[in-house]
Amino acid sequence: MTTATPSTYIGARTPRKEDPRLIRGSGVFTDDVTLPGMVYVSLVRSPHAHARIRRIDAAAARKEPGVVTVVTGKDAEATGVLPVFITVPGMNGSKHMPLASDRARYAGDAIAAVVADTHKAAKRAADMVTIDYEPLPVVVDATKALEPGAPILHEELGTNLVFTYPVKGGDIDKAFRDAEATVKLHIVNQRLIPNAMEPRSVVAKFEAGELTVWSSTQIPHFVQLILSVNLGLSQNKVRVIAPEVGGGFGSKLQVYAEELLIAHLAKTLGRPVKWTEDRREAYLATIHGRDLVEDVEVAAKRDGTILGVRIRTVANVGAYLQAFAPGIPTILHAFIIPGAYRIPAFDCEVRGAYTNTTPVDAYRGAGRPEATFAIERAMDRLADEIGMDPAELRRKNFVPPDAFPFTTISGITYDSGDYGPALDRALAMADYKGFEKRRAEAKARGKHRGIGLSSYVEICGLAPSKANSALGVGWGGYESARIRVHPTGAVQVFTGTSPHGQGHETSWAQIAADAIGVSPDDIEVRHGDTFESPGMGVGTFGSRSLAVGGIAVHNAAQKIREKVIQIGAHLLEASPADVVVEGGKVFVKGVPEKAKAFGEISMAAYLASNLPDGMEPGLEATTYYDPPNFTFPFGTHVAEVEVDPETGTIEIIRYSACDDCGRQINPMIVEGQLHGGITQGIGQALYETAVYDANGQLLSGSMMEYHVPTAADVPPFALDHTVTLTKTNPLGVKGIGEAGTIASTPAVVNAVIDALSPLGIKHIDMPLTAEKVWQAIRKAGEARR
Amino acid sequence: MITHPFTYAAPTTIDEAVKALGRSRDAKVLAGGHSLIPLMKLGLAEPELLVDIGRIASLREIKSEDGAIVVGALATHRSIADSSTIGKALTALAEAAAAVGDLQVRSRGTIGGSLAHADPAADEPAPTLAFDATIRVIGPKGRRDIPAREFFKETFETALGPNEIVVEIRFPAPAGHAGSAYAKFPHPASGFAIVGVAALVAVKSDGTIDRAAIGVTGAAAGPFRATAAERALVGTRGDASAIGAAAAKAAEGVTMLADLTASSEFRKQLVMVHTRRALERALERARG
Repeated sequence: MTTATPSTYIGARTPRKEDPRLIRGSGVFTDDVTLPGMVYVSLVRSPHAHARIRRIDAAAARKEPGVVTVVTGKDAEATGVLPVFITVPGMNGSKHMPLASDRARYAGDAIAAVVADTHKAAKRAADMVTIDYEPLPVVVDATKALEPGAPILHEELGTNLVFTYPVKGGDIDKAFRDAEATVKLHIVNQRLIPNAMEPRSVVAKFEAGELTVWSSTQIPHFVQLILSVNLGLSQNKVRVIAPEVGGGFGSKLQVYAEELLIAHLAKTLGRPVKWTEDRREAYLATIHGRDLVEDVEVAAKRDGTILGVRIRTVANVGAYLQAFAPGIPTILHAFIIPGAYRIPAFDCEVRGAYTNTTPVDAYRGAGRPEATFAIERAMDRLADEIGMDPAELRRKNFVPPDAFPFTTISGITYDSGDYGPALDRALAMADYKGFEKRRAEAKARGKHRGIGLSSYVEICGLAPSKANSALGVGWGGYESARIRVHPTGAVQVFTGTSPHGQGHETSWAQIAADAIGVSPDDIEVRHGDTFESPGMGVGTFGSRSLAVGGIAVHNAAQKIREKVIQIGAHLLEASPADVVVEGGKVFVKGVPEKAKAFGEISMAAYLASNLPDGMEPGLEATTYYDPPNFTFPFGTHVAEVEVDPETGTIEIIRYSACDDCGRQINPMIVEGQLHGGITQGIGQALYETAVYDANGQLLSGSMMEYHVPTAADVPPFALDHTVTLTKTNPLGVKGIGEAGTIASTPAVVNAVIDALSPLGIKHIDMPLTAEKVWQAIRKAGEARR
Repeated sequence: MITHPFTYAAPTTIDEAVKALGRSRDAKVLAGGHSLIPLMKLGLAEPELLVDIGRIASLREIKSEDGAIVVGALATHRSIADSSTIGKALTALAEAAAAVGDLQVRSRGTIGGSLAHADPAADEPAPTLAFDATIRVIGPKGRRDIPAREFFKETFETALGPNEIVVEIRFPAPAGHAGSAYAKFPHPASGFAIVGVAALVAVKSDGTIDRAAIGVTGAAAGPFRATAAERALVGTRGDASAIGAAAAKAAEGVTMLADLTASSEFRKQLVMVHTRRALERALERARG
């Protein structure tokens, strides 16, 4: 473990620049954008999960007061197809149009768009569009969708199989031949609904040949690129703005049907167009997350040494492939299953399947929570099987600190790590040693108490462009930054990242401030507008922003610093090596009283009459940073729970976590990410599940049924960290956006199973609802009788 | 968004309100609006006329009158939860009101609205039944008092006649050494009662149980009195085994609801557990 030296601003708990406007309600979100002459869209969505569309009758809707037009799939073919950015070998892609014209493939598939002068008129008229459907057989379960005779969603493919994706290493047969102990688990990693606080919204206007689109998106540059290509507009004539974005969690990491459609309507109608989904629509038509079924087998020696892991996975991709869907259960899941452990043999195969359900794509953690859940549940099961303490089993199999950079059996190279200290600190915080006493005390009160841990490694810093290319990701993984210092010394940072709650305006200012030697207060960070962006931005997802976008900012700031030093040295008649840039001043080492203010240097850069020979005027720098590798944060989380056997209710009594994300730029933001992430992971463990009936109707279709946990559902979190710098980038940063979500789900489930293990209970499918827990306890009681 | 057009009336007296209701065959009374407005937003209710009774100030009162505590139909859940009169004499009602939704809902939603709406998962019907309250209604044919046991019918159905308005709920103050409590198992998402049990017990000076009344909500198509459990308890000393035996009968003869969150089997278990828990606390208060 290395301890980072705190810099002036990097490492400070700087209050977020974003918060005053958000707290005061003065932030402008997409739905706040209202333009003169604007029309509103309401979408008619299929009530059937699978049906042929025989006829669409919009005559009555067209006659409604205020209705401008009703558009169906045949009218909107000019939008082109929705993009998929990842192609895995042998993939059967789906043709996905913004409006389905021949067949609806999930309940919520959009069929027609009603455009009217008011939102209300559009909504009312949408109810008057009559569609003659011929219902078709439905399949919602991915495993069943792959069985012979299952209803086929995309007839041109002749199969529901999207891909078969193997990742193998070592001799798995030998591992199981040599095994002294084996465990098997069947895991249902249930479907989740992302529930960003702000629903999606799109506003578009087309004026003087220029298309402007406001969208609640994590990837404005991709949206701009696709709009330009699909709608046949020169890219310089398409501007996409992601204003305030109220959360995404991957659900806004798309180029959605509505973005193409609303832009197309603005272009064809010549009036500004707005569409905003309501929460019920969001449940149906915004992507869902997870939905994997996994069969895990582990081979080990009786002393706990793991010999091999075999895993077979079926991933439900929903009715169509969305933008990043092919990469989630494959690249981001299969490769990371070995986790924090040295595993000599690995055999993984993931199959993807189309079903008559809402499309599934990235949801906070995206593949990595599934991988971590599989391996961390398997570790606990193995510990139980061989009678070893779960913490000791993990420690025994950890990749040792001297093995880094470490290439896993799945073939990826971990940059740096020291897993033991994070485990030790988490266990100490959790008073792991004193637990059995607490278990006994709880038992006396009639409660089952349990403790569970999860040690994770995640992939962040997506991604080296060459790795992207090798893995079938159809775009580079770099990020861009531009810093403009105005003549007066005002500093603007333009970033290609697109924050939606992450606080980049604050963290990027801290990074730039350290390099340029001015205060973060004097640095404005701008993002999410393709017309003022540094160039091509990739966006914010996969815990990539800091380790890629933050480094781009750092590198651009270094270029500014270099030029400031050169100009300073020239003006101070000193050697550049002796020039110090600090506190808004530039001076020769040891002579701070003869300083030039930062503004004097910037002014000199633009007066341009007294610059070093051959130097260009101006003070501006643009960089693209392409990371040489991913980053691999890690840590251990420990949950302690009590189960009420009479009602099956679970209370999380205590939660301790030690995370290592390399250098922390702003520890307050790191903690905020963990608080939210842990809570979200607890949501999957205990509460959240998207439930379809056999007809493909979403039963958990609103927040009245689907519980998103709040602060009221969780205990205070005890957080600690270690700092193991990565050598992948100059700041040694790794990423923290998803760690909480990745780690907490298995920690909580392991704790509950530990609590119930004295009853002989070894497994309960997520979410661990009160009824499931009660039923498990009851059945265990009957079994013992 | 409410997309259908409707007429709105805001009378200042009950008589005017009753008359206003008569003007449309499809009129709805608007009180706190915390059940009706969401239904209208979802398009599940599309009344032609809304009669907002919010301006009839007398309906907000909570007062003691002739040995009863009279709660106006417009008393909010919050005002009921915070009322010291109710907290002392009708503890189960105060606890049930405090368990409704969240602070915003409690600050707007009313007891009259909740009872008239008759959501099977609403909290306040349970203590209303347990305390043998009387629901006073006024309609075109004048005033009538409906005993709680006759008021609740099925899901979203009550004994209210056409154009009748709930004006107050009269709770007889429990006599003797009485205590009550409300025990609830909320839906994790909506906060509605998967099961809510209001228990009222009165003990004699020798410690035996004189009277027991148990109202259950959430578990069935409508709220009900757990009469078998009540009978099992009266005359006992209210020890753990007596309470346990009574609680085991709490769901007797009642068809339990089943949904995504709780099967009928689990609801039955929750009714028994929460009956026991409510009885234990009620007894503690009765003896205290």
